[in-house]
Amino acid sequence: MPEPATAPGAPAERREGRLKVTGSARYAAEHPSPGRLQAWPVPAAVARGRVTRIDTAAALDLPGVVTVLTPDDAPRLAESDDATLAVLQDARVPHRGWFVALVVAESLEAARDGAAAVHVAYAAEEHDVTLTETHPAGYVPEQANGGYPAVREQGDPEAAFASSETRVDVRYRVPPLHNHPMEPHTTTAHWEDGRLTVHTSSQGSGVVRAVLAQLFELDEERITVHAEHVGGGFGSKGTPRPDVVLAVMAALRTGRPVTVALPRRFLPAVVGHRAPTLHRLRLGAAPDGRLTSLLHEVTTHTSHVKEFVEQAATPARVMYAAASSRTAHRVVPLDVPTPSWMRAPGEAPGMYALESAMDELAAELGMDPVDLRVANEPETEPDSGKPFSSRHLVECLREGARRFDWDRRDPRPRTWAEGDLLIGTGVAAATYPVMMWPSKASARALPDGTFLVRINAADIGTGSRTVLAQIAADVLEVPLERVRIEVGSTELPAASLAGGSSGTASWGWPVHEACTRLAALLGDRSGPLPGQGLATEADTAGRADADSPYARHAFGAHFAEVAVDTVTGETRVRRLLGVYAAGRILNARTARSQFVGGMVMGLGMALTEGSTVDAAFGDFTESDLASYHVPAHADVPDIEAHWVDEDDPHLNPMGSKGIGEIGIVGTAAAIGNAAHHATGVRFRELPLTPDRILTGLTGR
Amino acid sequence: MKPFAYVRPGSVEEATDAYASRPGARYLGGGTNLVDLMKLGVERPAALIDVSRLPLDAVEELPDGSVRVGATVRNSDLAAHPLVRDRYPALSQALLAGASGQLRNAATTGGNLLQRTRCPYFQDLSKPCNKREPGSGCGALEGVHRDHAVLGHSDHCVATHPSDMAVALAALDARVELHGPEGTRSVPAAGFHRLPGDHPERDTEIEPGELITAVVLPARPAGLPSAYRKARDRASYAFALASVAAVVEVTDGVVAYAGLAFGGVAHRPWRARRAEEALLGAAPTVAAFEHAVDLELTAARPLRDNAYKVPLARGLALDVLARLTASARA
Repeated sequence: MPEPATAPGAPAERREGRLKVTGSARYAAEHPSPGRLQAWPVPAAVARGRVTRIDTAAALDLPGVVTVLTPDDAPRLAESDDATLAVLQDARVPHRGWFVALVVAESLEAARDGAAAVHVAYAAEEHDVTLTETHPAGYVPEQANGGYPAVREQGDPEAAFASSETRVDVRYRVPPLHNHPMEPHTTTAHWEDGRLTVHTSSQGSGVVRAVLAQLFELDEERITVHAEHVGGGFGSKGTPRPDVVLAVMAALRTGRPVTVALPRRFLPAVVGHRAPTLHRLRLGAAPDGRLTSLLHEVTTHTSHVKEFVEQAATPARVMYAAASSRTAHRVVPLDVPTPSWMRAPGEAPGMYALESAMDELAAELGMDPVDLRVANEPETEPDSGKPFSSRHLVECLREGARRFDWDRRDPRPRTWAEGDLLIGTGVAAATYPVMMWPSKASARALPDGTFLVRINAADIGTGSRTVLAQIAADVLEVPLERVRIEVGSTELPAASLAGGSSGTASWGWPVHEACTRLAALLGDRSGPLPGQGLATEADTAGRADADSPYARHAFGAHFAEVAVDTVTGETRVRRLLGVYAAGRILNARTARSQFVGGMVMGLGMALTEGSTVDAAFGDFTESDLASYHVPAHADVPDIEAHWVDEDDPHLNPMGSKGIGEIGIVGTAAAIGNAAHHATGVRFRELPLTPDRILTGLTGR
Repeated sequence: MKPFAYVRPGSVEEATDAYASRPGARYLGGGTNLVDLMKLGVERPAALIDVSRLPLDAVEELPDGSVRVGATVRNSDLAAHPLVRDRYPALSQALLAGASGQLRNAATTGGNLLQRTRCPYFQDLSKPCNKREPGSGCGALEGVHRDHAVLGHSDHCVATHPSDMAVALAALDARVELHGPEGTRSVPAAGFHRLPGDHPERDTEIEPGELITAVVLPARPAGLPSAYRKARDRASYAFALASVAAVVEVTDGVVAYAGLAFGGVAHRPWRARRAEEALLGAAPTVAAFEHAVDLELTAARPLRDNAYKVPLARGLALDVLARLTASARA
């Protein structure tokens, strides 16, 4: 007998899986829309300056071109909190790739041709896109992303570091990284009878509606936003992007439905990216390995459009007990595109640096890197002093070590060769905070014995439909097939966006509560249900977002084995293992997919992904998937993801923590540490491409 | 993409006639590169002459033992062909090292030779590129050029040729058959592509209107050792940072024949003539290989950020030469 699919943690299959693999799931550009136009933006060809003239005559002469929107005549927008959305509002060019016009045409080809025929004259200004630690424009911001204080200090870390018996003082660099979801950012907008309907590829249609209401000064009641299927986002669709605004503007102008499907090459400039981070890590330790001082100082860039500060020093406030510490961010505004969220902002680059430095410290101390981490396990959250709601990092490390045969490792570097290959293994810890936001849900029992659960959750490929139905079926004690679920539309009860690994916790809570109420109602009555059934609602406002007396985080451990080819400098992962403690796992299949997906992205961060800021032209050189190297199948070995059971009563009714991002946290450090173990050389700049490896090997 | 005519000729002659009668025409093979470039606006042909279905899809052994590969043979079919696998393993390996399975199913032998550089400046109309727009300058020379040339480049162009297949063909002494308005001719694969010099807009020696009809591989005994090795940023679907194709024959303890070519380091497959000359008649020792390869690579002139390519190409060549002669040295 198979396990009932409603059992908590059961590996229920994705509800929309068949639609997706048969190509019948409809994405934002694919909803039938009679008379629909296509639009193609014109990106700025200078890195800084002003548009002095736009000549649209040649474009307008082309067959199929309907209109061209420019800063001179585009609809005016009201102010919003997000300056990256103020497109076509003035002549300023804040970075290369900023949109300066939009061509609207009867076909995609005509729009693209029209865009090539728009002549733009610029008054270019000197630009600066090069991030350095000592850049004179650098400053300490008030906050880093997530609302974290930019600087935290405990004790006298400088003095404690200076007097530490063992010291590591190292610098790391993480390059710009790009989300590049499979489905590029796309919106179809349609005005009809004073109402606006939008199909968009978004992690949160509610946010899109709120921002559109602000920008176009509309009542939210007059806007409907659908995001039924979303081809990934990795943070870049957490907030609306210019495609949404441009599509609505063009639909307003033409009176017809308009689709703006951003070309892949335009994404790096306009949908956010992970900002490059320069890290200085200073770790001081006593002979027993206990940290006496921890300093993590991060320098990153932002644009002149708005401030975004990658909170890369914040994981050091959570991870280890250190008598003294300093975690600080510095940001340099440059003439670059605006950075934003990319899977595990803060934790991904921050834990790469911290966990690489911990490995260097372990080597300095002659201590096993697992033991070093265990020795620094804190009793309470180091920064806040709060008790942890649950913390099983040590269990993850020990379980991972067991599964990985870590005990058989020869700790000496460069002791394992197979022909031209040098083999090594490495470990790194992972952490990601528990985040939850208020949401509403409704549940309805219908006379035919089925149930309908409605919530404006987003399913960006994670399986949220499926897991929410499982939560409902579990509470209602009915087979999973009897629960229908509707997500992905602002016509549904309002819910938070899919970000910060918060979705299942934030949405599952009101679903759980509405279903609990419904079950109670049903239990109290007998006889047939009324025609429209029985309905309940739940709203977690004030509770999901309430301050907790506990520090709440998921933890994990990553173990990697790599082979470094001494002839070519190619580094390939041979084994990758993740063990996580992330509350209760609600669906083993989709959870594993999240963990493994995060690990693959971490593998990419370690070995293949990264873009170059072109100092002369001001843009990211690698702008397509032929040059921005996400891992191919051949790069991905057998990856294993496991979890330890965690029973945490301080979270939500399901007892779950977020799992969407922790897989990318620390993975790159585990791989980098393995590369050091293989070669005896420390590589402190990602990604570990053959040029860097060969240079390091020959330089030793 | 501007509107273009599409014609599908039934024969080679019809194809070349169609080209001659339509100014601004381009031959279309698998379209894996040309169509991308049309979308980017880099190529704006007035007409596409689809030669992908011409009856040039055979791999056949000729009476003299050479092997003729029709221009429309797909990369995946060529890589898997028993004649190629047996006699020209370097070619099969090079093909399989290129692109992805899907692309290899579409790409043709002729089209592979004529693919354009993947230099990012060439592909971006908003930046200067002498290859795309002669006289506009070279964005890569002082720009982002980790992937660019270390051999044979000029101040006008530092791009590399992206093909893996062409590197193997160069090492294997293949010839390229062309049919054009002036008739039929054949040129050595190693001389088919050009160095950029003052005219980087010209990738090859092909004359306007000429159509590649076949590639001819010289007669080789089965088992003649040849190999291709490529270094790249990821394990699949990435262009060569550097690559090496080699064929070596050792007779009576000395190198009787050597063909060596580098990929990913120059505007064309770099046939290593100086190294070959040094190897001929030498005993197949590591020292002899080092001497020969170093002699070749003295010509290297790395750019600011791609000096790693010289030791990379060196290491690849030494490795491949050593492996190909392992039994002779045993």
